[in-house]
Amino acid sequence: MRHKFFIHSWRPALAIMIFIGIWELSARIFAIETWILPAPSVIAAEMREVLPAFLPHMFSTIKLVLIGFTFGTTIGLIMGTLFHHFDRVRETVYPFLIISQNIPIIVLAPLLLIWFGLGDTPKMIIVAMTSFFPIAVATLSGLQQTDRELLHYMKMMGASKRQLFAKLELPHALPSIFSGIKISATYSVMTGVVAEWLGAQKGIGVFMTLASSSYRTPRVFVAIIMTMLLSLTFFAMIALLERLFIRWNREEKGA
Amino acid sequence: MTLSLKNISKSFGDRKILHNISLDMEEGEFVSLLGPSGSGKSTLFSLIGGLLVPDEGDIWLDGQVITNKSGHISYMPQQPSLFPWRTVLDNTLLGQELSGKKDLTEAKRLLEKANLGDMIGAYPHQLSGGMRQRVAFIRALLSPQPIMLLDEPFSALDAFTRLDMQKWLLETWEEYEQSILFITHDIEEALFLSDKIVILSSHPAEIKEIVHVPFGRPRDESLLLSYDFLDWKKELTEKIQNKPQVKSKIS
Repeated sequence: MRHKFFIHSWRPALAIMIFIGIWELSARIFAIETWILPAPSVIAAEMREVLPAFLPHMFSTIKLVLIGFTFGTTIGLIMGTLFHHFDRVRETVYPFLIISQNIPIIVLAPLLLIWFGLGDTPKMIIVAMTSFFPIAVATLSGLQQTDRELLHYMKMMGASKRQLFAKLELPHALPSIFSGIKISATYSVMTGVVAEWLGAQKGIGVFMTLASSSYRTPRVFVAIIMTMLLSLTFFAMIALLERLFIRWNREEKGA
Repeated sequence: MTLSLKNISKSFGDRKILHNISLDMEEGEFVSLLGPSGSGKSTLFSLIGGLLVPDEGDIWLDGQVITNKSGHISYMPQQPSLFPWRTVLDNTLLGQELSGKKDLTEAKRLLEKANLGDMIGAYPHQLSGGMRQRVAFIRALLSPQPIMLLDEPFSALDAFTRLDMQKWLLETWEEYEQSILFITHDIEEALFLSDKIVILSSHPAEIKEIVHVPFGRPRDESLLLSYDFLDWKKELTEKIQNKPQVKSKIS
């Protein structure tokens, strides 16, 4: 698995190197002002310098995202499960949820700020609200796509509703649930940073607004790169969890 | 444990699927339901399994009505229906997990005996078709219910594997002696395996005849090519096709 990864990743790695190379060269040749587009080398130097000051901001964002995401995931899992078991609830609430997803959650932010103040709570709610929906949908569809033949076997064997859920529906839905969680993980980092623009004491978003309002463009790029790295790490951690939980799904599905 | 079906009829809308099916199964008996595909045999299984309610008639298990009650029989479906996230061993234990106690030693012993000893920790997608069916049969055998319903379990296998599976099934089952109700549309398979063959007609399925198979046990492959066996096969074929009988060996 590992050596395969390196064999397949040299192309994209090369592409990124070339991209950075062209960027660096054009920034130097055309003498672009640093506050408009800093060269990668400038960003790297800035990163070394500013990192100690940046880390507390990043930890604050990580905390915000983790708490919001955990709530969102929990609510999403519960919602998806409820929708699966109670058709009435699904029919009543599901359309409402879909409509609610058409409201950009970030426009709710001012309202949340009014209701919950400037603390961490409104930002956590925003993160939770963006991350719960993909998980609820993925959980529901995973649970509803239970293999008919396995279901028939369980029913013939007289499995109770609880056994059906624990031994068949839930494990069967796990791959689907995990893809929902992965989508949510990426969303939640993004949303967390954007939510911090609205006002916070600390956080990557705050660092970004401060940097951009003083035209310290290299710092903005540092924040962007760190946000990307954070998002990727988050995604990778969940992919790792997925591999631990779903060892059977590597190749084709079993009979 | 004896299973009795008493005058079972079932329709779906205007279509009558089963008409007046009555059948008694003794303890430790191997009974085959022989009939064309789509003759409602699987519907009969769903009735016995308690998933469907008959329009008429009742199902009795050991003097108790089990009509519309599930969990009284053990089941092996046409597709192996193994759970892809469970290892071979955990798959065989599923029936016991649902009702009863897990018996790890016995499961391992049966898997060893089925030449699956090395595969205990493997996942179903790593097994061949015949291996999967063996795991599915062991799962049914280990389930605590005294009666097993087997729904054309070997129909998806190639001829060589099928014969191996039939021999293996006989060997394994003869030691256990649970009752088996077996659906098949293969005359040879029914003759080779059963004590009793129930010949069904289709549209709606009715019992045409119940035939007692005279071969003793244990049975082995050589039976398949004996004149006796071939004679019986011929007679059964004629019965199913409604041809006039030349000589009546079967009463």
